[in-house]
Amino acid sequence: MTAGDTPVVEARGIVKIFGQHRALDGVDFAVRAGEVHALLGENGAGKSTLIKILTGAYQPDGGEVLLNGAPVRFSDPLQAQGQGIGTVYQEVNLLPNRSVAENLFLGHQPTRFGIVQRKVIAAQARELLATYGLEIDVKAELGSYSVAVQQIVAIARAVELSGKVLVLDEPTASLDRNEVAKLFEVIGRLKARGLAIIFITHFLDQVFAVADRVTILRNGQLIGTRDLSALTATEVVRMMLGKDLAYDQRTLGVAESVQGPVRVEFRGIGRAGRVAPFTLSLHEGEVVGVAGLLGSGRTEMARLMFGVDASDGGEVTVGGRSVTIRNPQQAVAAGFGFCPEDRKLDGIFGELSVRENIIIALQAKLGWFRALNRDEQNEVAGRYAEDLDIRAANHDMPVKLLSGGNQQKVILARWLAIDPSFLILDEPTRGIDVGAHAEIVRTINRLREEGLALLVISSELDEVVAYSNRVVVMRDREMVAELRGEEITPAVIVSAIAENTGAKA
Amino acid sequence: MRRSNLKAHLLRPQFAALAAVLFINWLLFPGFFAITWQDGRFFGSVIDVLNRGAPVAILAIGMTAVIATRGVDLSVGAVMAISGAVAAVMVSDGTPAVVAVAVALSAGLVCGLWNGVLVTYLDIQPIIATLVLMVAGRGLAQLVTEGSIVTFADPLLIYIGTGSLLGLPMPVVIAAVLMLLATLAVRRTALGLLIEAVGVNRSAARFAGISSRLLLLLVYTFAGFCAAISGLIVAGDIRGADANNAGLWMELDAILAVVIGGTSLLGGRFSIPMSVVGALIIQAMNTGILISGFSPQFNLVVKSAVIILILVLQSPMAAQWIARRTTAAERTPR
Repeated sequence: MTAGDTPVVEARGIVKIFGQHRALDGVDFAVRAGEVHALLGENGAGKSTLIKILTGAYQPDGGEVLLNGAPVRFSDPLQAQGQGIGTVYQEVNLLPNRSVAENLFLGHQPTRFGIVQRKVIAAQARELLATYGLEIDVKAELGSYSVAVQQIVAIARAVELSGKVLVLDEPTASLDRNEVAKLFEVIGRLKARGLAIIFITHFLDQVFAVADRVTILRNGQLIGTRDLSALTATEVVRMMLGKDLAYDQRTLGVAESVQGPVRVEFRGIGRAGRVAPFTLSLHEGEVVGVAGLLGSGRTEMARLMFGVDASDGGEVTVGGRSVTIRNPQQAVAAGFGFCPEDRKLDGIFGELSVRENIIIALQAKLGWFRALNRDEQNEVAGRYAEDLDIRAANHDMPVKLLSGGNQQKVILARWLAIDPSFLILDEPTRGIDVGAHAEIVRTINRLREEGLALLVISSELDEVVAYSNRVVVMRDREMVAELRGEEITPAVIVSAIAENTGAKA
Repeated sequence: MRRSNLKAHLLRPQFAALAAVLFINWLLFPGFFAITWQDGRFFGSVIDVLNRGAPVAILAIGMTAVIATRGVDLSVGAVMAISGAVAAVMVSDGTPAVVAVAVALSAGLVCGLWNGVLVTYLDIQPIIATLVLMVAGRGLAQLVTEGSIVTFADPLLIYIGTGSLLGLPMPVVIAAVLMLLATLAVRRTALGLLIEAVGVNRSAARFAGISSRLLLLLVYTFAGFCAAISGLIVAGDIRGADANNAGLWMELDAILAVVIGGTSLLGGRFSIPMSVVGALIIQAMNTGILISGFSPQFNLVVKSAVIILILVLQSPMAAQWIARRTTAAERTPR
């Protein structure tokens, strides 16, 4: 790192604890004036927590935030904004039903005798946006413009209000290629004006296109801050996923293990804008691992398979018979199970009991009139709770009181209860404690031995390598590689993920 | 186990509240619990509470399932008016009463289905979706009656509103039977659990393979059906259909009854019998204020004060306090 200039904003040894979980553990982070600093990390790495601490939305449990070298303590984002740190989120946080000009000056409109001066506002707005290379009708409603224009307006407003540090939280997620180029042009101008810009994204090529330095977080730890000019995409991916390429051996035996006939086959399944059509078949007694960065289309692939989103075309066969899967009910009827990535949102029924959470999918499959009575429910819940070692004081307590790991096991138990033939696990080990983690990996191996076909999506490459018979790699919403046998090593996976990224602007 | 369950049920704040309201009624009007047998049926203030409470209780039965799915149905009062209007106009045109009743109930089903379609397929927020019919429904009822109060003398309709069976007023019998059937329907099948699952987390319900849409259609349709029954009772009671006033504001009493019964507006756990108890609490207060000789102007203020009290008793804070007291009490004997 070049010494000399003091960082505009700096975080030193930041610690943030949620419950028993250390979301950030001694993280250092510094942004200089006139640089674009990318902040990278997988989900749960601590990016958004760090940003929320820098912008005053959270208070750190340890460490300090410095602004121009002086320690500061923001009680809320408004205060941070007043002192120079402005944030633009992925979802534009403005009023789409008011004019562009009003949005720019909302809360600090130029007034005369307490009356808002519309003409002055319009003139100032036009002038301001011109510096961003944007010439639009500022009196038109903000909502009538594209997301890209709204983003630029949001940036202009944030810079106007703050003026030192600009945080861009996934600003490009809903933009097309031309719009991204436009946004990058604006970022370039602001950089030239000496702003410190923090850029959060999942797209590696964009990081290389626009950023000067990068800070990478993983599981709440700082992995490092580097100059991007000295890095390759592969190195960045490796830092993000924590793969030391020297670590190259894989747990042998998995790939060679016997596997049965094809259990389920997806042919030409895809959805425009979500994931390109892919073809994949899974055998009985086989685990197919899915690797790829966040936003690579891995979750979208799983959702299509389970009918959460409907496919544009293609064909699904189960045990050689063609089936239609347009919604989850049909998937469950076909013997599929799906443990979704977002446990809280899509998985658990917080207020319902552990017992009810376990039997719910089986009950839904049985239908309205074949109700499981209390004894049957206890029997089913008891069996799978014991199988998976679910730690609950009793099975009548609300599932929301369990730990994350036990909740994950409850959802797994829910699907095992329907006696599935194909199980999709999306990040089954994310955010859970070590004990539950091991239990889930053990269960994956056991289910494989029992003849299930499994698709496991995970960012933990060690894990993927350890239990997968095959690994498919997703990149840019496309299935780009299928690795077998000897090829299944962290190094090969990392380079498959990183391939080509950074090459395009 | 069973016995302690029963005890726990009887110790619920709703029963305490009902007992307290009845007790105060008795203090204010010593003849409150007197029941006499006359002309083959019971008479008395308590019977009156049951009888007058029946229409709201029936609405609350349907409303419970809707609220359990994290919805609400504001249109039930208007649907009552439609059902009463349809039945009244048909019988006064000479249609057989059985047919008129069937058509009125079907009208309720259609209204409920309409709400269900707006909520499930158009994904409109329940409060707005049902507000449409709340406003339009009363207009439809007025169109049916052509703006006038349609009176009738049909014995079947009047029997529904004012008759008696086994000594009990017909509305009470209808409400009791409906409560029993609805409770059995949700608890002896998987419907209850699936409705609760949809109410707690609709997204997770989808991922678990629950047909949320069908369930939502079902609960709104059932609420419309209940409203139609209630509408027939109210029309039979006054021997006429008053499109302007039948069921006016009763949707709010029904929602209140469900909430007093312990079903959260955030969806999830529900109990149909407890909602009926909620309806009885409301009616016991109304009747108490009327017979105690207080001026009716007190009615609304007293009612709201009691409601606040009941809701405080049900709050998590009170539940924690009670739990602390009971565990302390259990520990002392050892």
